[in-house]
Amino acid sequence: MTSYYLKLAVKSLRRTPGLTALMVCAIALGIGTCIVTLTVYHAMSGNPIWWKNNVLYAVTMDSWDPLRPYDSDHPQLAPPQLTYKDAMYLMQSDIPQRKAVMTKLLGMLSGAPGQTLPLRVWTRATSGDFFPMFDVPFEYGGGWSAGADRGPQPVIVLSKETNDKLFGGADSVGRTLLWEGHQFRVVGVMSDWHPLPLFYDLIDGAFNAPADAFVPFGWVRALQQLPGGNTSFWGPNPITTFQDLLASEAVWTEMWVELPDAASRQRYQAYMDAYWAAQRREGRFQRPLNNHLTRVGEWLKVNGVVSSDSRILVRVAFAFLAVCLINTVGILLTKFLRGAPITGVRRALGASRRQVFLQHIIEVAVVSLAGSLIGLALGAAGLSAVRALYAGDSSYSLLAHFDPIGVLWALALAALSTLAAGLYPAWAVGRLPPAVYLKTR
Amino acid sequence: MLKMHDVSKIYRTDLIETHALRNFSLEVGAGQFVAVSGPSGSGKTTFLNVAGLLETFDTGTYELDGTDVSRLSDDARSRIRNQKIGFIFQSFNLIPDLDIYDNVDVPLRYRRMKGPERHQRITRALELVGLASRMKHMPSQLSGGQQQRVAIARAIAGDPALILADEPTGNLDSLMARQVMDLLEKINDMGTTVVLVTHDPELARRAQRNIHIVDGLVIDSPPYERRTPPEPINVGAGAPTRG
Repeated sequence: MTSYYLKLAVKSLRRTPGLTALMVCAIALGIGTCIVTLTVYHAMSGNPIWWKNNVLYAVTMDSWDPLRPYDSDHPQLAPPQLTYKDAMYLMQSDIPQRKAVMTKLLGMLSGAPGQTLPLRVWTRATSGDFFPMFDVPFEYGGGWSAGADRGPQPVIVLSKETNDKLFGGADSVGRTLLWEGHQFRVVGVMSDWHPLPLFYDLIDGAFNAPADAFVPFGWVRALQQLPGGNTSFWGPNPITTFQDLLASEAVWTEMWVELPDAASRQRYQAYMDAYWAAQRREGRFQRPLNNHLTRVGEWLKVNGVVSSDSRILVRVAFAFLAVCLINTVGILLTKFLRGAPITGVRRALGASRRQVFLQHIIEVAVVSLAGSLIGLALGAAGLSAVRALYAGDSSYSLLAHFDPIGVLWALALAALSTLAAGLYPAWAVGRLPPAVYLKTR
Repeated sequence: MLKMHDVSKIYRTDLIETHALRNFSLEVGAGQFVAVSGPSGSGKTTFLNVAGLLETFDTGTYELDGTDVSRLSDDARSRIRNQKIGFIFQSFNLIPDLDIYDNVDVPLRYRRMKGPERHQRITRALELVGLASRMKHMPSQLSGGQQQRVAIARAIAGDPALILADEPTGNLDSLMARQVMDLLEKINDMGTTVVLVTHDPELARRAQRNIHIVDGLVIDSPPYERRTPPEPINVGAGAPTRG
C-alpha cells in the first residue's frame, strides 16, 4: 500500500502546487536556518577529543597576584597558563602517562626547494608527547621522541597546509628547512587536523587553526624565542632580558597531561599541591590553594568557549523552525480538510481511519522530504555565505563547514519535523465523520 | 441479509435532540431489490448511513449478512464496508484526479488484492456498465450518466453482497436515470441485494418491495414478492467470494 499512498500523495500535492510550494518552502527555510546555526554551534561546543575526555587534563596553578585575581569576573579561576618555571617543574614528574608543555611562537621558514621568500609560520613549541596524546594523524612520518625533547634536536613537524605550500604535498620527511635561520629536519607531516575548538590553546583563539609547524619546546630557551601567543604578567620586577622572562611570574605556557586512572590523577594532584606548598614557604603562591587538573569538556565550559550569543542564535533558529512548522500544520489542516469529501468517499469504500492516517502522513513525509532536501541545500548555501562573509577570519571559515554530524542533525530535524507537522492533521482528517461529506459533496 | 431491530439514532446539539431513527426495525432478505422512500428529513439517508456502517446508532441491534455489526471497531466496520457493501451516491462521488480505472480500483486497493486480480475485476465491472473503452478518461470528461455508471462499476467491482444507492438518479435526466435503473436491476438479477433510497415514486415502483419511512419510523413494509431467481453476480474470476 505504501507505493499506492505515495502515488496518491504526489497526485494530491500536484493538485495544489501553490500550497505545496508554500509548505516545502516553510520547512526548507526552517531547516536551513537550523542547519547553519546548529553546525556553527556544534563546532563551537563540541569536544573534539571526546574519546579521551576522561584521561586528558589541563594543568593550572594559581600563581597570580595575591592582591587581585587573574580574572576579576571569575575570581575563582586560576590563570589558564603557567609560568615557565612551574611548567618545567611539573614536567619532571613521571606520574603522567604522557605530558606536554607548549607555547605559541612566530617563526620564519625557508630553504625549501624553489622557495624564494621565507614563509611566516605560527609554530607550536611543545613536547614529543603532544602528538600521541592528542591522537594527531600523520600523512608522512610522525612526531619526535623524548630524546629529541631533551636535546633539543633540530626536528620539525609540518602541518599538511605548510607541506603543501613548501613541498607541493610530497613526502618531505628527511628534508631540511631553515626555521628562524636554523636548520631543522622534517620528521613528520600531519594529515588534515583541525580540532574545534582548539582545546589545548583556548586563550590564543578557540577557533584558530592549529599551528603551521611544531618544534621541540627546548628550542624556546635555546634560541631565546619570545612567546608569540598570550602572555600575562604581574610582579614588581620589570622583564628586560630573556632570562628575566623565564624566571618571572609571567604566564605564557600551557601544559596538558594524560592520566589513565583516578589513582594517577590523585598522585599527580598531590605532586602539584606539594610543589605549591614548598613554593609558598619560599614566598610564592600567596593566593589560596587553587591547583586544578581539568578534563577537556570541563575546560571548554570553564573558558566560556560557547558564547551566549550562539546559544541565543540557536534558540532563535529553533523558534523560527517552530513558526515554520506551525504554519505548515495550518496549511496541512486546510488542505486535508478541503479534501475531506474525497476522504469521506474513501472511508465509504472501505478505508479505515488507520489507512486514512497512513495515506496523509505519507503525503506529509513527501512534503517534509522535499523541504528537508531543499533545507539541506539552503543550509549548505548558508554555510558558504558564512564562510564568504568571514573569508579573512580562519576561525569562522573553519566553523562553517558542513560536516557529517551536521547532516545527521538535519536528518533528525527533518524526521521530527515530519512528525510534528503531520501527526495532528493526518489524525484529524481520519476522525471526520464520512457521512457528512458524502451528502454535501 | 440486513436485519435491524429497534434501532434508534439521535443527533444531539447543545439545544436540541433530533430523533432521526426511532425504534427502526427492518429485514431485507438476500437478493431483494428494495426501494426506500419518504419525505425530506424522514430519515432515509440516516438509515442508509447506518446500514452502510458509515454512522453508529444509539440503541438496537443490526445484523448484516449474518454478522452482528452493532458494536464493532472502526477497522472491522471498514473491512465489512469494503467487502460486503457497495455504495452509489446521488452526486457520483468519483475522485476527480483519478482516471476511471483508478476510481474503480479504490475499494480493491483497500482489500489488498493483487494487481492481476484487480485488473480483471476492474475490466469486468467497466464492461458490465459499458465503459471499458473509457478506462483512461478522467471523470470530468464523462457525462453525468456515464459518471454514475462508473460509480456503479466501482460499487460492484468488489463483488459485494449489498448495494446501497442513495438517490442514484437524482442528478440525471430521465433517459440516463432509466439506464441507471436498468443497470441496478441487472445487478440485482445477478443476485446482489439492492437497497435504493429515492423520493421518485416511479423509480420506487420498479423495485420489488417498497418501504416508506416517516419521522424515522418504518410505516409501510409490504411483504416481498420474489421474482424469478437470479444468477449470482461475479465480477471477478472463479467462484463468487460472498457467502
